[in-house]
Amino acid sequence: MTSEVVAAAPVPVPGRAQRVREIAEELRGLRGALIPILHAVQEEFGYVDQPDVAVIADVLNLAVAEVHGVVTFYKDFRRTAAGRTTVAICQAEACRSVGAVELAEHARRTIGCGFGETTYDGRVTLEEIYCFGNCALGPAVQVAGKLHGRVTPTRLDALLGETR
Amino acid sequence: MTPEPPSHVTRVFVPRDSAACSVGADEVAERISASGAVEVVRTGSRGMLWLEPLVEVETAAGRIGYGPVAPEEVDGLIAGGMLDGAGDSLGLVEELPWMKRQQRLTFERVGVVDPLSTADYETHGGMSGLRKALTMAPADVVETVVDSGLRGRGGAGFPTGIKWRTVLGAEADIKFVCCNADEGDSGTYADRMLIEGDPFTLIEGMTIAAYAVGAAEGYVYLRSEYPDAVATLTDAIARARDEGWLGPDILGSGFGFDLHVRVGAGAYICGEETSMLESLEGKRGMVRAKPPIPALEGLFGRPTVVNNVLSLATVPTILANGAAAYAAYGTGRSLGTSVFQLGGNVARGGIVETAFGITLGELVNDFGGGTSSGRPVRAVQVGGPLGAYLPVEQFDLPMDYEAFAAAGAMVGHGGIVVFDETVDMAAMARFAFEFCAAESCGKCTPCRVGAVRGVETIDRIVADEDRTQNLVLLEDLCELMTDGSLCAMGGLTPMPVRSAVRHFGEDFTA
Repeated sequence: MTSEVVAAAPVPVPGRAQRVREIAEELRGLRGALIPILHAVQEEFGYVDQPDVAVIADVLNLAVAEVHGVVTFYKDFRRTAAGRTTVAICQAEACRSVGAVELAEHARRTIGCGFGETTYDGRVTLEEIYCFGNCALGPAVQVAGKLHGRVTPTRLDALLGETR
Repeated sequence: MTPEPPSHVTRVFVPRDSAACSVGADEVAERISASGAVEVVRTGSRGMLWLEPLVEVETAAGRIGYGPVAPEEVDGLIAGGMLDGAGDSLGLVEELPWMKRQQRLTFERVGVVDPLSTADYETHGGMSGLRKALTMAPADVVETVVDSGLRGRGGAGFPTGIKWRTVLGAEADIKFVCCNADEGDSGTYADRMLIEGDPFTLIEGMTIAAYAVGAAEGYVYLRSEYPDAVATLTDAIARARDEGWLGPDILGSGFGFDLHVRVGAGAYICGEETSMLESLEGKRGMVRAKPPIPALEGLFGRPTVVNNVLSLATVPTILANGAAAYAAYGTGRSLGTSVFQLGGNVARGGIVETAFGITLGELVNDFGGGTSSGRPVRAVQVGGPLGAYLPVEQFDLPMDYEAFAAAGAMVGHGGIVVFDETVDMAAMARFAFEFCAAESCGKCTPCRVGAVRGVETIDRIVADEDRTQNLVLLEDLCELMTDGSLCAMGGLTPMPVRSAVRHFGEDFTA
């Protein structure tokens, strides 16, 4: 299993802590506000940074460990920025029955990184997803937020070409 | 307000469903709009996914279908008279055998209406269930649902009305209705299609549930993998508030209820109801031990109705047309209709809503048309990643909760994934354990550790290391996980594994 590597000294982004606090204070009134707050922070900054965790914990009057536990439980919450384009390939059963495993192998080879990784030039982040609910039109792939069905290796290459 | 278009303008229907859009429906709609004097209405999908993008043209005789339509084919089709219903069409959509053989109750409006039009919703029978419910005593609404025989469509099949009766009888300062829309099972997409295609039905069903049990607040826990569904439902809730369908005084009845969307964050386990409640509370999605049951101590410890999207979306038709009308469909203790979803390596994938009792073979062969690869079907997995793999020899099994349970399988959420003869069933069994290992919340040992040991054991069997002993060990592990896990994640992972070994044992060799 991968262990979490905490960056030695996170580079402070000017104003970020203040903005995270504003987001948290705006949403704190919701029932079960933590996950909506984390989504909102990620929406704005692209990922949830370690210093954000303490700010959110402070606003919600939770222990930092509790917020850290939630951030790390859910796959959606990124701890570092993603590449310019995120390519997510479904690896669940229905897509596997029509070649999703082979498609993933092709993607790793042509993009040049594995699942959960970003290319060295920061161009593409590759992710595996378990089901977009497009099970009759697999393999399903999401490129930059847009869902595509019946994606062959050739089609994937074309989609990647469009993002360049 | 936009003015009504003049009556001579042809109405053309193109789905906005994300599956249809994944194969070009947006581009098709744009091309048709650009052609001039037409009104393009974006609907949900009819569920004939192999025909997507499916374009329907309104004519005096009904809607004529064209599909699949590629964006570059639009101009040619229009030149061929598509806007008059002429040219190379599929004929009347409602008359297609695939549609005619179905009994659409829950999915009655999906693919027909503009999902965000409250006027369309009411014109097609929407809100009649809630209006009826509001004239009845809450306990009578609960008993109507009990009498309908409706059982939880999320997979467990627990009688919905009985759950509601428990919540109604509980005393508390506040009660909740939670809709489980964390449809993470591969091969299932009916929740998504209903929310994208007819969200007001879910809103109406949740409001009826709230009225029946005395709940004031509702939450829909919707997966982040379904961004279009999140957008559609959020918009629909705002429109429902504007219409007085949600809020402090629903339809002038004095009954108040409001509804909120909460977006998941990529954890499969949150489809388990107690894990979902933890997540709604803003915590890690760790499974809770039961009892206490959520009906008594659910969200924030209050009595809570937790139902699947399809269960709640079926309630309006039950109230509108009566329990007996619904219970007239189905067989044995599996009453009403179920929304089956054909996916994977299937020629004609999509939504089949029909009475329980149809056989697996009828669904896969008659509706599905076999595999899309053209090779023979070898296995189908029914009920998601935790459901059994069944061979063709079991195609006469009726879709019925009890019949499936007796065969060591489950109907689950009604997803059917087809595999052709190239499938390696040992690899699929290994994947079931891998998936469990990745998605386990980690609270109980059989699931957390068992899944990892399962992967290792299958690797040894396939490598022919002490094959016989390891098969015994595998069976022992499966038994322990089934009996000892806290929830269905660890408890049902053995189902695909055992069924793969039982029916496809020849794959478990070096």
